[in-house]
Amino acid sequence: MQKSRHLKDLEAESIHILREVAGQFERPVLMYSIGKDSSVLLHLALKAFYPAKPPYPLLHVDTTWKFREMIAFRDEVAARHGLDLIVHINQEGVDEGIGPFTHGSAAHTDIMKTQALRQALEKHKFDAAIGGARRDEEKSRAKERIFSHRTADHRWDPKKQRPELWQTYNGRLSPGESMRVFPMSNWTELDVWEYIYVEDIPIVPLYLSAERPVITRDGMLIMADDDRVPFEPGETPQMKRVRFRTLGCYPLTGAIESPAHSVAEIVDEIKAARTSERQGRMIDKDQTGSMEKKKEEGYF
Amino acid sequence: MNEAAARAKASPKAAGREIQNAPGGDEMPILRFLTCGSVDDGKSTLIGRLLYDCQLIHEDTLESLSNESRHFGTTGGDLDLALLVDGLQAEREQGITIDVAYRYFSTPRRKFIVADTPGHEQYTRNMATGASRCDLAIILVDARKGVVTQTRRHSCIAHLLGIEHVVVAINKMDLIGFDAGSFVEIEKDYREFAAELGIPNVTAIPLSALTGDNVSTRSENTPWYEGPTLLEKLEAVDVSGATATSPLRMPVQWVCRPDLDFRGYAGTLASGTVSPGDHIVALPSARTSTVTRIVTSDGDLELASAGDAVMLTLADEIDISRGDIICLKNDRAEVADQFAADIVWMSERPLLKGRPYILRCGQQSTICQISDIRHKINVENLDHIASRQLELNDIGLCNLSVSKPIVFDQYQDNRATGGFILIDRLTNETVGAGMIRYSLRRAHNVHWQAVDIHKQARSTQKHQRACCIWFTGLSGSGKSTIANVLEKRLYAQGRHTYLLDGDNVRHGLNRDLGFTDADRVENIRRVTEVARLMVDAGLITLVSFISPFRAERRFARERFEGEEFLELYVDTPIEICESRDAKGLYAKARAGEIKNFTGISSPYEAPESAELIIKGGSKSPEELADSIVEFLVEQKIIDEI
Repeated sequence: MQKSRHLKDLEAESIHILREVAGQFERPVLMYSIGKDSSVLLHLALKAFYPAKPPYPLLHVDTTWKFREMIAFRDEVAARHGLDLIVHINQEGVDEGIGPFTHGSAAHTDIMKTQALRQALEKHKFDAAIGGARRDEEKSRAKERIFSHRTADHRWDPKKQRPELWQTYNGRLSPGESMRVFPMSNWTELDVWEYIYVEDIPIVPLYLSAERPVITRDGMLIMADDDRVPFEPGETPQMKRVRFRTLGCYPLTGAIESPAHSVAEIVDEIKAARTSERQGRMIDKDQTGSMEKKKEEGYF
Repeated sequence: MNEAAARAKASPKAAGREIQNAPGGDEMPILRFLTCGSVDDGKSTLIGRLLYDCQLIHEDTLESLSNESRHFGTTGGDLDLALLVDGLQAEREQGITIDVAYRYFSTPRRKFIVADTPGHEQYTRNMATGASRCDLAIILVDARKGVVTQTRRHSCIAHLLGIEHVVVAINKMDLIGFDAGSFVEIEKDYREFAAELGIPNVTAIPLSALTGDNVSTRSENTPWYEGPTLLEKLEAVDVSGATATSPLRMPVQWVCRPDLDFRGYAGTLASGTVSPGDHIVALPSARTSTVTRIVTSDGDLELASAGDAVMLTLADEIDISRGDIICLKNDRAEVADQFAADIVWMSERPLLKGRPYILRCGQQSTICQISDIRHKINVENLDHIASRQLELNDIGLCNLSVSKPIVFDQYQDNRATGGFILIDRLTNETVGAGMIRYSLRRAHNVHWQAVDIHKQARSTQKHQRACCIWFTGLSGSGKSTIANVLEKRLYAQGRHTYLLDGDNVRHGLNRDLGFTDADRVENIRRVTEVARLMVDAGLITLVSFISPFRAERRFARERFEGEEFLELYVDTPIEICESRDAKGLYAKARAGEIKNFTGISSPYEAPESAELIIKGGSKSPEELADSIVEFLVEQKIIDEI
């Protein structure tokens, strides 16, 4: 299958943005979260600078609750491309025993993800963090700029965003400030899957359907990926043919029952889908306007 | 699962089959369009309708939508499609969209990116932002109201930003019983206005976003209408325009040097095409070479065209860096340091003549000044209005000068190389956007009047190095007193000097200036330029000027060559300055009789990297002047005596 015209357009726009980051910032970093969007983002970065390697390291903020397959995949990808991979864990959070089962999704995400990210950015003095977020994921993202400014305390102010015209990006910063950059802003979930298909991009196998042990909680199918799951009385994992539409911390990521065991089948499934991608994300549902609030506080 | 198995399984093509219904290679490019209308024209409803009709609304979204419709909706509990597109919480509560948001949908024929921009009057900024990347604008008109001020305003902005295709969506036809006469009347009104503006392609469509008539399905209520539905129009419109056939422009973003054998220039083609063997020129340096390869990770290309992100290698090792633009040798972009441009002002603080801003045009960045605001543009009819400044959401035609020449095209020929943004140097915010009309003088035709006796000759004759010593500090800090003693010392040594005093200059050269922000900027500019002339004449030029703001002093510094400018900070505690109060100004300021008095009611921004700091009040003016003389010797401004 040929790469379609619109995927070529999207690819070129993303490469343009990735090169702008290299041209405008002193210490950029590519946020690598191991998911499908990160896989595409990394693929685009490899293309943008070919035959050189991307002029920035990868950063993974590890909450210590990721699926084991994700971690294995991450290390394998970094080794294969010979890339500099920085893994950051919020050690204070680990010491306090923070986890989604004991502290709830909101506290866990805040401490192990949002705060951990801040720590990593500050520790390495990164001035630009490139992420794979897309505007079609969630309503508040629809208004976010491609070069999205963060104050010195990492806050996003949706009312004070810089106007962004043409493909001219203003990456100027005052001391302590930083930029989040989203080269895939204009991609949709379907674009991502079609691109993975035509470009033959490796992805974590969890996206593909297989028999996996899951329990049902609050209407979500949660995979018991290790022995930290506190089962409630009578709760035993059932083997089900499931896959994941998004990947995050395993206790917070719901699986869907699906027979799609190839990328081509996923593309078909999404074309026919009637539920949106973030449906499996517990953290979006905490409260109305939930993502907007998290972002103002510095969530990616 | 072991790693090899994981890889095999995760490889997309390892399992499964070809996707059958994927689009082929002859499909339409992405259409980026914007929607504009007044607050109640039903713009959000129209976008919601397009998304809904194209089945882009998922079940869980629909569920939360019906929750929200009960909370915030304006349709009495019915599904309020507008809520689909009004994103941020605050906006939902206010019932208006306040920023640019982007939406995505596609049909089997085309992918669409919608820039949803607000209709409220004060948001010209957002509309210009949205329009900058769009090829088509949908302008909503309420069928009951016809063409109104807002309609004209939106059309003018769309036109200024270079949009050539306008769809006039005459909405709420259901509320006037799908009356053909009204539609024809409104269409006629609009076409007359569009012709005056010079919008080349106009299509008017009678529709109802609420009921869906003529949005994606042909309405049975308008048998008299023979044109396309809105969606048919969007799917079919050809916006390829001239970028593919225009001359080659490739702004260089990044230079790739993985090893000594490879040097590639990465960039996106703004227009035109390029092939190996093409004779190119890099501007502004005007160095020429030949393209050898078009490198991509998918293999070398024989041809790249507008929109492609590529990497070029050249036959010669010429010096090209980020910001340069690669053109064909025989079809070059312009290079100039003065030009006229339409500017959309986007900041709460007005644009001031003479104040320096950072101008970013593609990958080029330079300091610029507005040398003249020729007129403001009335965006309801494009009439000219005289003005001395541009306020938030004003659009004006201005003359600009930049500190180094930039490479550009006229905006109407090339949006990518003719559009620029203006950035505030203190806040780093994007404060304006500009569209270049024409150069005021071509840098390659205009030379400085060549003179045989130049600055260095004049300095050498006087046995000194010409410089500008810029005294800054609070009122009463002793600047003028010390400068005066210093000049006497230098004069006694036979040096050639001149002292420019801020107060004295206001009696003559700057007597027409007051103390508004605009006038202060102009005041500094004139003093700086006079000091430059003095330095050019070979003089040691002393400037005594409170100049409380770093931006002002930086502006002055940038007008001089490398080591000519010496910032001298007279650092005297405000208590001492106030106790001196030679002119009684502090007393008046404390009494509130003088507004914006530096140190009392207006800040003084101390220099961060002054060449010399003098502790005022610590020693006598004579002793301080002596220490400055020593400093000048160190700096090789003057020889030792």
